[in-house]
Amino acid sequence: MSNNKKYWKGVEELNDSPAFQKVKSQEFNEYLPAEDFLGDEGLLENSNTSRRDFLKYLGFGVTAASLAACEAPVNKVIPHVIKGDKTNPGVANYFATNYSDGFDYCDIVVKTREGRPIKIEGNKKSPLTNGAINARVNSSVLSLYDEKRYRAPQIGGEPTTWTKFNSTVKKELADVLAKGGKVRILTNTITSPSTKKLVGEFVAANPSADIKHVSYDAISASGMLEANKESFGVAVLPTYNLSKAKSIVSIGADFMNSFPSSLELTSQYAKGRKPENGWMSKHFQFEASLSLSGSNADVRMPMKPSEYGKTVVAIYNYLNGNKADAAPKVKMAAEHLLANKGASIVLCGSNDKNIQNVVIAINHMLGNYGKTINIDKSSFQRQAIDADVAGLVNELKGGTVDVLIVDGANPVYNMPTNMDFKGAMSKAKTSIVFASRPNETSVEAKMVGAAPHYLESWNDANAVAGHYSITQPSISPLFDTKQFQDCLISWMGMDGNYYDYIKATWSAVTFPMQSKTLLFEDFWNTTLEAGYFNGSAGEMAASTFTDNASFAVSAITKIKSSDLEIEFYSKVGIGNGNQSHNPWLQELPDPISKITWDNYIAMNPAEARENGFATEYGEQKDADTINITINGVTFENIPVVAQPGQAPGTLSLAVGYGQTIGKSNEVIGFNAYSAMKGMQNYSTDVSMEAAGDKYQIATTQTHQTVMGRTSVVRETTLDVYQTGVKDDFNPAHMLATHEGPMNINDVDLWAAHPVATAGHHWGMSIDLNSCIGCGSCVTSCNSENNVPVVGKDEIRRAREMHWMRIDRYFSSSPESVEDRNYGDMESPEDNPQVVHQPMMCQHCNHAPCETVCPVAATTHSNEGINQMTYNRCIGTRYCANNCPYKVRRFNWFNYMGYDKFADLNPSQDDLGRMVLNPDVTVRARGVMEKCSLCVQRIQTGKLDAKKESRPVMDGDIETACSSACPTNAITFGDYNDKSSKVLAASQSNRAYRVIEEVGTQSNVYYQTKVRNVEPNIA
Amino acid sequence: MHQEAAIREPLILGEKSYSQITDDVMASVVGKANRSWWIAIGIAAVMAAWGIGCILYLIGTGIGTWGLNKTVGWAWDITNFVWWVGIGHAGTLISAVLLLFRQKWRMAINRSAEAMTIFAVMMAAVWPGIHMGRIWLAYFVFPLPNQFGSLWVNFNSPLLWDVFAISTYFSVSLVFWYIGLIPDFATIRDKVTQVVPKKVYSLLAFGWTGNAKAWNRFEEISLVLAGLATPLVFSVHSIVSMDFATSVIPGWHTTIFPPYFVSGAVFSGFAMVQTLLIIMRKVMNLENYITIKHIEYMNIVIIVTGSIVGVAYLTELFISWYSGVEYEAYAFINRATGPYWWSYWAMMTCNVVSPQVFWFKKLRTSIGFTFFMSIIVNIGMWFERFVIIVTSLHRDYLPSSWTMFHPTFVDIGCFIGTIGIFFVLFLLFARFFPVLPLNELKTILKSSGEQYKNQPTTEEH
Repeated sequence: MSNNKKYWKGVEELNDSPAFQKVKSQEFNEYLPAEDFLGDEGLLENSNTSRRDFLKYLGFGVTAASLAACEAPVNKVIPHVIKGDKTNPGVANYFATNYSDGFDYCDIVVKTREGRPIKIEGNKKSPLTNGAINARVNSSVLSLYDEKRYRAPQIGGEPTTWTKFNSTVKKELADVLAKGGKVRILTNTITSPSTKKLVGEFVAANPSADIKHVSYDAISASGMLEANKESFGVAVLPTYNLSKAKSIVSIGADFMNSFPSSLELTSQYAKGRKPENGWMSKHFQFEASLSLSGSNADVRMPMKPSEYGKTVVAIYNYLNGNKADAAPKVKMAAEHLLANKGASIVLCGSNDKNIQNVVIAINHMLGNYGKTINIDKSSFQRQAIDADVAGLVNELKGGTVDVLIVDGANPVYNMPTNMDFKGAMSKAKTSIVFASRPNETSVEAKMVGAAPHYLESWNDANAVAGHYSITQPSISPLFDTKQFQDCLISWMGMDGNYYDYIKATWSAVTFPMQSKTLLFEDFWNTTLEAGYFNGSAGEMAASTFTDNASFAVSAITKIKSSDLEIEFYSKVGIGNGNQSHNPWLQELPDPISKITWDNYIAMNPAEARENGFATEYGEQKDADTINITINGVTFENIPVVAQPGQAPGTLSLAVGYGQTIGKSNEVIGFNAYSAMKGMQNYSTDVSMEAAGDKYQIATTQTHQTVMGRTSVVRETTLDVYQTGVKDDFNPAHMLATHEGPMNINDVDLWAAHPVATAGHHWGMSIDLNSCIGCGSCVTSCNSENNVPVVGKDEIRRAREMHWMRIDRYFSSSPESVEDRNYGDMESPEDNPQVVHQPMMCQHCNHAPCETVCPVAATTHSNEGINQMTYNRCIGTRYCANNCPYKVRRFNWFNYMGYDKFADLNPSQDDLGRMVLNPDVTVRARGVMEKCSLCVQRIQTGKLDAKKESRPVMDGDIETACSSACPTNAITFGDYNDKSSKVLAASQSNRAYRVIEEVGTQSNVYYQTKVRNVEPNIA
Repeated sequence: MHQEAAIREPLILGEKSYSQITDDVMASVVGKANRSWWIAIGIAAVMAAWGIGCILYLIGTGIGTWGLNKTVGWAWDITNFVWWVGIGHAGTLISAVLLLFRQKWRMAINRSAEAMTIFAVMMAAVWPGIHMGRIWLAYFVFPLPNQFGSLWVNFNSPLLWDVFAISTYFSVSLVFWYIGLIPDFATIRDKVTQVVPKKVYSLLAFGWTGNAKAWNRFEEISLVLAGLATPLVFSVHSIVSMDFATSVIPGWHTTIFPPYFVSGAVFSGFAMVQTLLIIMRKVMNLENYITIKHIEYMNIVIIVTGSIVGVAYLTELFISWYSGVEYEAYAFINRATGPYWWSYWAMMTCNVVSPQVFWFKKLRTSIGFTFFMSIIVNIGMWFERFVIIVTSLHRDYLPSSWTMFHPTFVDIGCFIGTIGIFFVLFLLFARFFPVLPLNELKTILKSSGEQYKNQPTTEEH
């Protein structure tokens, strides 16, 4: 191909003037007097540069040049020209910000080391979340270092520059807006006042165009929003106060996990579960699948999801005096509610506005509004109205939408197949999707805006009325990414960036709400430091209430049940699926089934047996598979798991799995969203058949019951506890000796470690009554201690590396060992009681592991910690064998380098490695490891105290697990500090040590679990 | 000359002269190896090569190539270790204890039994080595002076005691065996004619002259070494058993273990000797030296030790109930009825029930049946260690951590490999070493040889 273009060196060449032609013919532009000099014989004769001089200069020149070559090598250490404020090597910096992805809201503190965020913890000062955090939030730091992230914006699938991207969008938008076209913005629930204002301004600036913002929640609370609109006139969610509720009745609401504002509810719930207070809430749960909340309930009744409405109505009728058709447990719940008027809460997880209307009526009847429920202090954590979303899809299908902008949502993945968002989206003339990594929606988009991770972004949030918070970046963007808001500002032709815009918004909106600070800059800086600002919020008062119950009740009675129903739920780790690529969360065992890396059909065990499906699975035992058709969508060869607690006639399947885009390894699980219908979280249109195949399933716990071992788990009922007789609920271990019965701790062959009197004596106390089993501690420990991800195959070989695990035990029908009916004790009851027991190294004072190590690689510190010396360990595994708690973890492979883990362990790529905590050694192959009681944190705490010339205070040091616990079930401290909480806890009458009779004298105490239940009702 | 009662059965059958004994023993050394030897060593070498490959893969990749897990940290590795150490015990018992008790029948079998001991201990030593996560740091287990300050080994650890016990046992056994070989090497040296073998055997013979002084010293050192080795027979397996006995794991934490392990070791060791010798006497035409009587004697040892082991098993069961300890009781109920019931009953059948058939003289003098039983006993004893190690570990205190153990091809390959290496070594021994102590046998020819036994002697009158 010939090139017809001609290039000029300058305007002169283009003009081709005679002067230019003259110059062009000369080699040098200027006149050189060489001829004048060399041509003049006389001048040359008189010049005093002799041949000798020439040689001298030559010699000097060569020597100088060679000397220069001998220069010392340049060290490419690039110092901070100006050292960043307070960034000192080896010293962590903390930034307050928040996590708000439309599913979870959490005020957090980000720990950065050398400028890299490495750990996320709850913001303890936040009045909203009180430092509570869950696994999804504390694992989100890993998503920042995701190899698969977009590194630049894309147009038509090709990487481009932001200038090009923005100018293209701007041009298209200008055309569309000029002709009054349709622009639709689809986002997840946004609580950010600035974003909302910005979108509002965008709409207002183009009055002739049809611009609309639609919120979309994959797990919708539309029913609640609409019911509140009908009952109170506002489409918002109320805020709750579970800590004051003496009676909690949940109908299908997993309020500890997937219910809106679950973190707030979780931390409140724990406050009402302390028997030391003299009272304890009573928790009733009516549900189909055994949820995290249901596993903590005092009274649980399995039922079909189609019966939730009827149960709500039954309670409603009971409260209205119509006591005829209530099941015994429903009756019990209703009576308890009546006995606790104004101190109770009824929650329902249904997405049916009629059911929610009746729930509102019940709470209203009980006088809970204004006491435990506040509609005026609204929560904005779910905003999507299903009808709006459906309307948008219809508009798209009609081909009338010119520009579709999607931010923070993945509708192609999580909208049901029958809504066909993919097809609908392709009809939009332009689709712009902001995503941080390729997802099902972004790969279908014409343009992709590479979005930054939230730890690289500026934003703000207003999760609950009056609670304003700022999202601040803790690292500058790793890649060439821009936020949607920044782009919108640029498309609108405004000055400045989103940061300026947020500041302007705050200056106008939140700054006037207070009078403490006079200058906005001061206000801004203090808020930034604290992470949140408490603005004006609604008072606890009952709003004007419209009772819609009677109409709703008649609608509910029309709900049809079927013989087989399925409930869609969300798992603790994966949530709504927007972090399903996060290996920490995939490897986090489900708190109930303990299954990792998969979703599956959960079935009632009795029905599984009837159908001939395997009821034991995990390790090398495979699950059976079925073909199941839900709402016309068929899943083939999906595994079936026998789940105790699953209501007969129901199945359940977790959403958030089965994402096909952006995975390097195989697709994990099945996309349950695709089978949903109308955003309803259950379906009665289910048919299944055995597929006859096997499916490999990975679980961290294959034995489900505690085998009557009362020294492992201790539990009692509130009545027994309140008698105050310790021997009745927490008897000491006595040993028969020739001197009569002696306490096990008084009989000892060994000399005690001298930790009881001098220095520190670290220990921990875990309250089984507060622990809900959510697994937040597990992922927190993973990220603090660089625990490797090992993947499904290794978990099937029972080799997970988690230092902290949560043992989950189901009750069995013969409970006592006296019967010696071990066979029956191995199988859980069909509707079991559940205990969650966090388990990690117990730091025994007389540690069985320490005596057996041939090379003394594991020893006792003089502060009571059982410590591992990795570089001394030769890997005989004798310590792990001799550990009665089985908490030691062996490095079976080189997880940092072995091919098998290349796609699994994030630390195998350069980016993923950035999340590693530099204070904790990454362990080599062949080395034993285990919980260190976060010894690096202890050292930091001691150093900080020393720098300030004061003793370490109780609460100064928290372990990763104790700090991550949303219910404060884990207390860490110093037994030698007589005022410490941990000492008090260890001396309480609920305190016991696991298998104390072995004589390990562990430093970890547990508090007996107390159930608020009559002994004969399970 | 020592006289033996006429009713004692002769220990050397046939019309043997001194030179015939020499020729019979040397036949394999000077003659050409037969076809069956080549086939046997070929198979053994393939097994060994496969095993070495597996071991290299294991060391190169990680212990994860075995089927171990978070709960079962030892399985085939330590099972094989204890099994091999146990097998080794018979050799020392035969050569040392029977020497002290002047049991002359030991002479036909002690050389090969000792060779078996040496090779078995070598195979045993492989396992603690390769089971380490970081074998390249194995020298950490020795109390070596170092520059790391007060870094020292942990003398509380039974695993460290193992290091000393096994290394002592191995060195004493090796020396004992070698001392015994010296006169026989000298005999071969004197008999062979080829240049290279002659050189090699003369080196091995350490310049043995066979004079009275040398024989006198030989006798004395044998006695001293037997005295040293005898306690080792009991100490080594006692210490190995302490790996388990000193732990806190139900099923391991048992004071009965030392005697129970020692008798189990002798039991399995004799079974392995039977396995080897029954083949060897046939292939090498040594039926006149290793007689039915020898086999019967060994079978009697097997009944006795097997019964001791049986009593130990029953005692364990009784104590687990009598102790009233929930975990202890469960550990044993689980052994018998849990997911590993088949290994427990394999152990019970092979070790306790089946040896009792040796009460029948017809069976204990049957060569074919003895061979069959020797294999059964060795299988049973392998299962005994598997039962102790795996079924105790797989369900201990916290039910949440209960798991199963699933062996991988590497587990199996490494085990087969040690069997292969063992047989390669033993076949080489049978080919190049005097498999019977020919000089010692000559000392009993006149008293216990068949043709001399019933001749009237003039001195009697």
